[in-house]
Amino acid sequence: MTNTPIDRRRFLQTASATTAAAIAAPSVWSPAKAQARQETLLIVSESGPNNLDIHGVGTNVPGYEVSWNTYDRLISHEMKDVNGTAYYDRDKFKMELAEDMAVGDMSVTFKLKKNATFHDGTPVTAKDVKWSLDRAVSVGGFPTFQMKAGSLEKPEQFVVVDDHTVRVDFIRKDRLTIPDLAVIVPCVVNSELVKKNAGPNDPWGLEYTKQTPAGSGAYKVTKWTPGTEVVLERNEDWKGGTLPKVRRIIWRMVPSAGNRRALLERGDADISYELPNKDFVELKDAGKLSIVSTPFSNGCQYLGMNVKQPPFDNPKVRQAVAYAIPYQKIMDAVLFGLGKPLFGASGSPAASWPVAHQYNTDMAKAKALLTEAGYPNGFETTISFDLGFATINEPLAILVQESLGQIGIRTTINKIPGANWRTELNKKVMPLYTNVFSGWLDYPEYFFFWCYHGANSVFNTMSYQSPTMDAFIDGARKAAAVGDAATYEKDVKGFIETAFTDVPRIPLFQPYSNVAMQKNVSGYQYWFHRRLDYRALVKA
Amino acid sequence: MLAQIGKRFLTVIPSLIGVIIVTFLLTRVLPGDTASYFAGPAATPQAIAEIRTKLGLDKPLPVQFADYVAALVKGDLGQSLTTGQAVTKDIAARLPASAELTLAGLFLAMSIALPLGVMAAVRQGSWIDHLCRIIATAGVSLPVFFTGLLLVYVFYFILGWTPAPLGRLDVFYSEPARVTGFLLIDSLIAGEFETFRAAFAQLILPAVTLAIFSLAPITRMTRASMLAVLGADFVRTARASGLDSSTIIGTYAFRNAMLPVVTTLGMVFSFLLGANVLVEKVFAWPGIGSYAVEALIASDYAPIQGFVLTMAILYVLLNLMIDILYGVIDPRVRLEG
Repeated sequence: MTNTPIDRRRFLQTASATTAAAIAAPSVWSPAKAQARQETLLIVSESGPNNLDIHGVGTNVPGYEVSWNTYDRLISHEMKDVNGTAYYDRDKFKMELAEDMAVGDMSVTFKLKKNATFHDGTPVTAKDVKWSLDRAVSVGGFPTFQMKAGSLEKPEQFVVVDDHTVRVDFIRKDRLTIPDLAVIVPCVVNSELVKKNAGPNDPWGLEYTKQTPAGSGAYKVTKWTPGTEVVLERNEDWKGGTLPKVRRIIWRMVPSAGNRRALLERGDADISYELPNKDFVELKDAGKLSIVSTPFSNGCQYLGMNVKQPPFDNPKVRQAVAYAIPYQKIMDAVLFGLGKPLFGASGSPAASWPVAHQYNTDMAKAKALLTEAGYPNGFETTISFDLGFATINEPLAILVQESLGQIGIRTTINKIPGANWRTELNKKVMPLYTNVFSGWLDYPEYFFFWCYHGANSVFNTMSYQSPTMDAFIDGARKAAAVGDAATYEKDVKGFIETAFTDVPRIPLFQPYSNVAMQKNVSGYQYWFHRRLDYRALVKA
Repeated sequence: MLAQIGKRFLTVIPSLIGVIIVTFLLTRVLPGDTASYFAGPAATPQAIAEIRTKLGLDKPLPVQFADYVAALVKGDLGQSLTTGQAVTKDIAARLPASAELTLAGLFLAMSIALPLGVMAAVRQGSWIDHLCRIIATAGVSLPVFFTGLLLVYVFYFILGWTPAPLGRLDVFYSEPARVTGFLLIDSLIAGEFETFRAAFAQLILPAVTLAIFSLAPITRMTRASMLAVLGADFVRTARASGLDSSTIIGTYAFRNAMLPVVTTLGMVFSFLLGANVLVEKVFAWPGIGSYAVEALIASDYAPIQGFVLTMAILYVLLNLMIDILYGVIDPRVRLEG
């Protein structure tokens, strides 16, 4: 009887341990499950695809990731090493479906790999390539726009020479034509399969490919539950490159950032991106995971000003604002250091982009410029941002508001819901706002053509127009097309300097693309599209 | 009885028509622009216009409404742009997930709240009454996302007792053949006990989160209504007649106290079903609440309309069921429109 209390305690201990084990049981794998776990990569992210085909209407960015891994293009990029991270090499192309690329004066000819097949076993032929490129320039919306950026505009440009040879004719000399054939959009689609499933109102079969990828890529989608998960299996017959190491990819949508972090830290998830900067910094310091931070290629977050309306039509006011931005505070308190500063440069900028400008936080200078511009007592305005990226934009706007207040510019913060942001931006009426722009094609003249040229594209959100600027941009594009390096460098420097003197927009920083993964996962590659390339990933 | 139910349904029709019109108009006055949202960051005004035409959003409102109603009659709720699927398909897939979670949470809450409420009323002022008060206050004051995250932190992150908060089923289990859409039932029908256990383990934390939140109204209502009944004449008479107290409380008092409790249960259920968005977000639960919110963020009209309509129909059915239940509990209550 003396033992009873102890026995009872022991009993309770074993009982609770058993209960715990029973509940935790799903993580105790049977050998087969453990094997499956070993060959599977679990990716968690906030949102998933809404369409598996990048040619579709309104395909979202996660959809691009599926397209990238399930379809092949004629060519792709080689990798290079940038600070220890594999980074796509803008200038070196690698053959994917093509086995040979011959660039002529006004055309480029591709010889296709003879043994490549689509997921359903049909061989990839020249007519599939032509049909796919025709589709990309014809469906309208984003894919067509992206093709146009490389002067790929008309179906007549794509010519079938024979079953395994395709020629792309240039409508004008453009340095971006070949790089544009290596982005996500010009993917090769199984034309016969899609045509069979196309409807009378849908000649390009977009409804079919929305659900069912019809490519020849390294992975096949085996299951897609929108908003929940995407499951992909390796295509054992892939001819576009070396067979990927990971047999199966499970991509789960976990909306709560806190839980994505918990899943990583517990070792249940293998890779995650889309975490707040603060989490990335803490994970980096904890050292249990590998964190890769890479600056966005050809992109920056900026503060834009509408140059068509007073007071921002006055360059002095814009310069005053540029001197009144708390740059360093933004780097520290908003980004937690995960960003590349773009301010406080000395000397003239190099002929590359993004580069730092010469402005620094200098309140006295700002105040003086503002007085000179005729606003000694400042003025009132609003600063707008996209709520969809509130973790960065909100503290940033508050810091700017506080700082501008010191020189008498009183701002009200205008938070715009994500669904409405593009509409507001396209109206080009917001006086002061922050936004990010990044281009897939990493060329300074490409960025400047879209963001600063007087042709006033949707990305020239400031409505900035200047003949000097246009002359430099047009000059650089022409020089690039014919390979005139000296003129090119002069013009690039010219437009960057003009952009910094006139400051219709103030570059703030180059954001980082952050990925966190388990230590046993390697092979991460940074791509211009900033999504994951599963083909190179390895799980030890 | 059937005639009465039929009559009751007739009164529902005008409210459904109202719901259809109001949701249609409400979604149209939302500030967002669907076309430019889905045209993506690189869209030209021309690309946006193309998408707008494709979606039929360039037509005048009355024409859009006529299109919508015509499709609705055929049972077509339109296409969701955020998931890329038909709304009916999405809702059919997601409603059982929400219902399973809500029912589990509600049963858990009921099994604690009803006895607790009854005991608190019987032993008014005792420790159990105070416990009841504390639980109710705490349950209401803790926001669900907080309790949810706290539970995940303690039971998953620190202790590792519960599986990863990855939705309805662990990554390495496949869903059982779909019969009811309730994983617990479907896995049993398919005879897959391991799947049943996995689904059950996933359900524990979110269900507890919901239960904590819904404990309060049920406990308070049970207590209050029991108190009122216990003070009634017929209970005094029963006591005076020498009936033992378990018969008085269990058979006479409780049954009479059930009416307001059932009403509360109905309200709590329908509220939870639509409002457990936060729980669904925290546990990556593929339910209908998170679906509607995602659609709302993207100004995606069709799913919002579909969601509101589904909810309206559910409310109507639920209220009808409660009314019928009234009649069963208390034959004096007549079912009337």
